[in-house]
Amino acid sequence: MGIVSPGFRGRGRGRDVKLPPGQYLTEDFPVLSAGPTPRVGKDDWEFTVTTESGREYSWDWRQFMELPSETPTVDIHCVTKWSKLGTRWQGVSLDTLLADVDTAADYVLAHSYGGYTTNMPLEDVLDGQAWIAYRFDGEDLPAEHGGPARLLVPHLYFWKSAKWVRGLRLLDQDEPGFWETAGYHDYGDPWREQRYQGD
Amino acid sequence: MSDDYQDGNALAGPLGEILAFDVTTAEASCACCARTGPVATLRLYKRAPGLVARCPACEEVVLRMVRTPDAAWLDMRGITSLRIPLP
Ligand SMILES: [Zn+2]
Repeated sequence: MGIVSPGFRGRGRGRDVKLPPGQYLTEDFPVLSAGPTPRVGKDDWEFTVTTESGREYSWDWRQFMELPSETPTVDIHCVTKWSKLGTRWQGVSLDTLLADVDTAADYVLAHSYGGYTTNMPLEDVLDGQAWIAYRFDGEDLPAEHGGPARLLVPHLYFWKSAKWVRGLRLLDQDEPGFWETAGYHDYGDPWREQRYQGD
Repeated sequence: MSDDYQDGNALAGPLGEILAFDVTTAEASCACCARTGPVATLRLYKRAPGLVARCPACEEVVLRMVRTPDAAWLDMRGITSLRIPLP
């Protein structure tokens, strides 16, 4: 029984589950929030990619819905130590969004309605590793979980999956985001337990 | 949702660990909108990877604190000045 995580309450599912170090399994979907929930209507929503040279590529909601979507099923790991397995999303791959974007940047800073930011290497959002997700579990993504659309980068701690995402800035130099400037790890790999700076 | 945040009195414990005075009675001026009021009147968001205190007037972040296993990180960029009552 020693390998079963403290928060595990599932039935018959946990025995072959391997979680990142220090994580426990949860079945619900905790809502974390560092501020008031932005209420962004789809009519007002816009997503913008800004390159290192200042060139902008934008989509409104209608244009965004016309892009091909994918339905990833992924495990998510929050730095506050809960993990949730097999979450089902629908969204547009960043490979699709960045396909025609002319860039040689190495880093990306995601920014959100409400002012949140988070950073990661550009290569971490390519090759099928990241999406702009707008449906969860078959439903429109609720505002408390980041709707109308959020970034989904499941291989990093979930603070990197910015809720209410509004755009990406492609950068030559790494620029730490909201939690990364306040003691959290710059990269945030849950399997290497990179929670805080110095981990 | 009105239970998103608590009032800034809840900062007394976490900040009491690093500051020698009662921060909740100190008067903070917001760097964004210049509102001045006791830290106790800030809006404190705790269901997050750290503590985030926001101005009740403009909702900007005025103070953040992250407690790691071996350090406390304190960001007070959102405060222009802190008036600390002293005897
Ligand atoms: Zn203010």
